[in-house]
Amino acid sequence: MKNAFRLNSIGAAAVRILFAAVAAFPIVFMLVSSLKPDQQIFGDMSSVAAFLPIGNISLDNYTAVFDRVPAARFLINSVGVSAVTVVLGIFVNSLCAFALSRMQVRGKKVVFTAILATLIVPFQTLALPLVWWVNQLPYFELNGFSLEISKGWLDTYQVQIIPFIANAFSIYLYHQYFESIPKELDEAARIDGAGWFKIYRQVVMPLAGPATATVAILTFLPAWNSYLWPLMVVQSEELRPVMIGIQYFFQLNVSWGEVMAYASLITVPVVVLFIAFQRSFINSIASSGVKG
Amino acid sequence: MNKRFTRILATSIAAAALMGSLAACGKGSASATSEGGNEITMWTHNAGNPDELAAIKAIVDKYNKSGDAKAQVKVQAFPQDSYNDSVVSAAAAGKLPCIVDIDGPNVPNWAWAKYLTPLKLSADLSKNLPSTVAKWEGETYAVGYYDVALAMLARTSDLKAAGVRVATVEKPWTKEEFQDALTKLKALGKWQYPLDMGTAGTGEWLPYAYSPLLQSFGGDLVNRDGFQSADGALNGDKAVEWAGWFRGLADQGFMAKKSGKDSTQDFLNNKSGIVYTGSWAADKARKALGKDLAVMPSVDLGNGPKIGGASWQWGVTSGCKNSEAAMDYLSYSLKPENIAAVAKATGTIPATDEAAALLPAFAEGGENRVFMELSRQQAVMRPETPAYPFIATEYGKAVQDILAGADAKTVLDKAVKAIDANIKSNGGYKN
Repeated sequence: MKNAFRLNSIGAAAVRILFAAVAAFPIVFMLVSSLKPDQQIFGDMSSVAAFLPIGNISLDNYTAVFDRVPAARFLINSVGVSAVTVVLGIFVNSLCAFALSRMQVRGKKVVFTAILATLIVPFQTLALPLVWWVNQLPYFELNGFSLEISKGWLDTYQVQIIPFIANAFSIYLYHQYFESIPKELDEAARIDGAGWFKIYRQVVMPLAGPATATVAILTFLPAWNSYLWPLMVVQSEELRPVMIGIQYFFQLNVSWGEVMAYASLITVPVVVLFIAFQRSFINSIASSGVKG
Repeated sequence: MNKRFTRILATSIAAAALMGSLAACGKGSASATSEGGNEITMWTHNAGNPDELAAIKAIVDKYNKSGDAKAQVKVQAFPQDSYNDSVVSAAAAGKLPCIVDIDGPNVPNWAWAKYLTPLKLSADLSKNLPSTVAKWEGETYAVGYYDVALAMLARTSDLKAAGVRVATVEKPWTKEEFQDALTKLKALGKWQYPLDMGTAGTGEWLPYAYSPLLQSFGGDLVNRDGFQSADGALNGDKAVEWAGWFRGLADQGFMAKKSGKDSTQDFLNNKSGIVYTGSWAADKARKALGKDLAVMPSVDLGNGPKIGGASWQWGVTSGCKNSEAAMDYLSYSLKPENIAAVAKATGTIPATDEAAALLPAFAEGGENRVFMELSRQQAVMRPETPAYPFIATEYGKAVQDILAGADAKTVLDKAVKAIDANIKSNGGYKN
């Protein structure tokens, strides 16, 4: 009996290891290949050596990445754009959801439905008209002591951030979470003299940690992976995000080792972030039934 | 909790301020894209290609420092794979720079879309390789420093072992010889597939690599008389014959329906006996194989061997406010020494004989001279019509369907129907 139980545990562990290995293989392959010269990457491809750091191992591909691409600048840009989008996204979307969930406003159901309806419109269909629109917007620039107004947001940081702050899915997520927080708490706070913003700030938001963690990750990932939009609106190299950088490697003769090194560099921050927020993220998914 | 929220807000404001200050730097440099003052901007597709970019920048620097410069030229580089998307977006927003580079076959489309203006250069283009000068409706819209050429690379030792002669520009393989060579190479038992045609390729590779084979059979992508229909050219008997032959290469086990991601690297790793690729792979292959490398022309499938013509070229946009300076720069950049410098940096075929004479590899007897001959003798321009991008997409889909086993006639008829409908819906792409 004891032996059967032990075999079962070993079997279960083996299955788990197998699934973990399947999930880890692409990442292991990427990391290992980033250390090998091209010829060896292709030579090892048909054997298990493709997943092992053996043979001619070096950091040459990483050095070459920095020679080919301003990788540090791209990383800083993406970190900045993603962080600001996440922070402002949490603030704006939670405020919107709070209003729709807590305030008695006429027509709020219509507004909420209209917001949700935008989820079915793919971004690709909006992209080109949006380029035209952002190019019509005024841009304020301080030049010495005078404020100069020019037209067009193309080739700026804000054009990579502002269109993505308001997000229907984040509003929906917060709205559903706020609905689960008892409204009696608001009433108690109101008796104590709190206004709407104080209730939002001191009562509702502190209880919405898991929703905030989910919104943070679900906002961060598309911001970090952003490719089509910056491709369309950013022309200067110094403003480009990391995902555009991967295209730098696809020349007539592709250096696959460098591709893998760059891919490793831009994957690490996402993995670190996921590990840091893993518990909250999984809790939130479990409680809201949302798939990432 | 209150403190925590305040911290989040403070972090947000700090992050926004950081991005604001970065934006100030970014916008400062970005404003250079506007064509104000005495500066013009030039976009190029070679971000990530440090050799070519350095050669282009060197020409620009020389021009900017010359006393005769009519404007200061500023270079902005984009990655090649996404370059067209960036240009189309900028055109939609009215933000194109003065000078752009363009993949040759797209020139008529960009000219038709009014992105480009006809060139008025002081440089003499009459001696350029024809495939480096892009014309549409009688006007020249773009000119390139170089071209590339398709060829087959093999190991002389393998061919010898199989008892197969090395094909030459003067005497390429016929269809029958090619079949015989593949049969003998396969019989050596060294490779699963003796031939690598780059069938994993996507995008422009598909029409660039495979439409010359179709043309060698006697078919074409479109009827070139007026470019109003593909009927008969792309779905006629010759085209169906080509499709059957191409698919047969896979059916007979000579090539993979989907090759590896990097055909050249697979060839160098001895995973194939012959690789169908471009002149850009030659230097890498020669470095690895030395004198064992055989550079052979494409196969003569009935109407002579054919390869695609035209590579990246330069044009001036129609909205450029200082087109005189843009034309002046382009004329300056076409000096033989500049063309030679770019061709040397990229390992491509220089556009003129004068430039070729400056490069030992491309001069008479040079190891890369063969590509210049191939380009001169076998290059066929991809159809010079604004419909080309659409035709190329449809043809690419047809190639993939044929390789996947679809009925060739049905697939080609479908492609013709789509192409003809597109041409009609665009009013025949008349100027």
